[in-house]
Amino acid sequence: MTTEALTFFTPDTQESEGAIFFDTGISCGFPSPADDFKQERISLDRELIKNKEATFFARVSGQSMIGAGLDDNDLLVIDRSIAPTNNKIAVCFLDGEFTVKRLRVENDGVWLQPENPDYQPIQITSENNFVIWGIVTNVVKKL
Amino acid sequence: MFALVDCNNFYASCERVFQPQFRNTPIAILSNNDGCVIARSDEAKAIGLPMGAPAFKYKAFFKENNIQVFSSNYPLYGDMSSRVMNILQQFSPDVEVYSIDEAFLVLNTIENDNLKELGHEIRNRILQWTGLPTSVGIASTKALSKVANKIARKFPEKTGGTFVIDSDEKRTKALKWTKIKDVWGIGRQLQKRLTQQNIHTAYDFTQLSDAWVKNNFSITELNLKKDLEGVVTLTLEDDHPVKKSIATTRSFENTYTDIKDIKERVATFANSCSEKLRDQNSSCNMLIILLQSSRFEKNTPSYKNSITVVLPYATNSSLTIAKYATKAVTQIFKKGINYKRAGVIVTGLVTTDNHQLDMFESENPKHKPLMKTIDNLNKKYGGNKLKLANQDLEKTWKMRQEHLSKQYTTQFNEILIIK
Repeated sequence: MTTEALTFFTPDTQESEGAIFFDTGISCGFPSPADDFKQERISLDRELIKNKEATFFARVSGQSMIGAGLDDNDLLVIDRSIAPTNNKIAVCFLDGEFTVKRLRVENDGVWLQPENPDYQPIQITSENNFVIWGIVTNVVKKL
Repeated sequence: MFALVDCNNFYASCERVFQPQFRNTPIAILSNNDGCVIARSDEAKAIGLPMGAPAFKYKAFFKENNIQVFSSNYPLYGDMSSRVMNILQQFSPDVEVYSIDEAFLVLNTIENDNLKELGHEIRNRILQWTGLPTSVGIASTKALSKVANKIARKFPEKTGGTFVIDSDEKRTKALKWTKIKDVWGIGRQLQKRLTQQNIHTAYDFTQLSDAWVKNNFSITELNLKKDLEGVVTLTLEDDHPVKKSIATTRSFENTYTDIKDIKERVATFANSCSEKLRDQNSSCNMLIILLQSSRFEKNTPSYKNSITVVLPYATNSSLTIAKYATKAVTQIFKKGINYKRAGVIVTGLVTTDNHQLDMFESENPKHKPLMKTIDNLNKKYGGNKLKLANQDLEKTWKMRQEHLSKQYTTQFNEILIIK
């Protein structure tokens, strides 16, 4: 990471609603806290939720998607309004259970691709009770 | 044109979004304290599970018929409802939230020349974004949009969930199909009287003369008749007969900017809704509070917002309802707005009149006799001589909710777990 591109997100200790974003840069000393530069507070909601009516949260259980950065207990941001296409990570309901996998649309049909060598890809057939529930847009991790 | 968008078996459908394994199985939702059945899926209706069935009597029936039983999860239903209502706002600036699961929209026919297509678009968007199935009825009046909605719901394969009444032939056919008891605003009493007059369908009703309807019933029924004839008499602003919710929405005489004034109005509206609830022996589980700025002042910011409040228990106490309603105002109130209109809608209604439930009732027991006294005094002396002052409410008892699903959308520790 290069330092010149670094932008400061100053946390506001007075209120707990977020942080004020000064985009004056840091190359010439301290940013001036002048009101002219004050913008709307950073909101994680705004960043992570593009369509609030269609967005739901879920928690990951297990490690089948560890290669895609989805670890046990991570928080998933799911947007149901996004069309399911090849390569998207989707929350699916498969034979009575929710599962999160990468969608692979091949000539021979739809596959659910885990991102962990210990797990096998699953081919969806007409035998399966299968629904694509929503598309994962973000993962939130606790460190 | 008006559209009526109604969520199919709303409570059952909400449960199915998060537990899709029950997509095609019978579902029953129980009232507070798991007292009786208040909502059913189509499958449960087909088996013959009656509305209002006492849960303890039907335990064996549930098991024999594999009926999945849920305690009512109002936080979940309230959130899903507000998602649906917000999506509807994308299709029209004029949306009237009619109850927790239905709303009227005014459709602009210049922008939307293909109403059938628009109906499908509304339906598909709600289905994809929230997972909830809806039916859409579109017609030239509110009462006819209700009729169209019933047809869309009844014949999903034929209609694809959307039905438009856009010709006189269709209107006549639809009215002949609609039984008088299913006409919006025709209560049981009225239905009896009409049946005695040999009026069995909505069509029969429209064949009566205006004068006869007005003389034998009232202006309300005459308005309904005109609406069914395709003459717009009921607008979005009107108070009209409601079953699933009660609303008090009013424009103010002046504009208000101070939250104190708004709170006073909202408390008054809440009080009036509570009275109506007590009148018909219902309690509500949810409130929707609306605030709106003046539409006609061009140089002040326009603002419109609503909030859904889930009550901790079903109630018809003015004290409780006004308390939560005014609390909700602080959530959506924005400074610097000239407010012109506010509203309180009480919904998620259940019958209060059930002695069996009384021992579990969560409302402060002092409220019931107090409300009765207030109502009696107000009736005796006319008007609302007795008003509410702010009062703190005491703690409530815990409800029985043995079959409660998770609050998937309002509690972080209850969200979906995915493998």
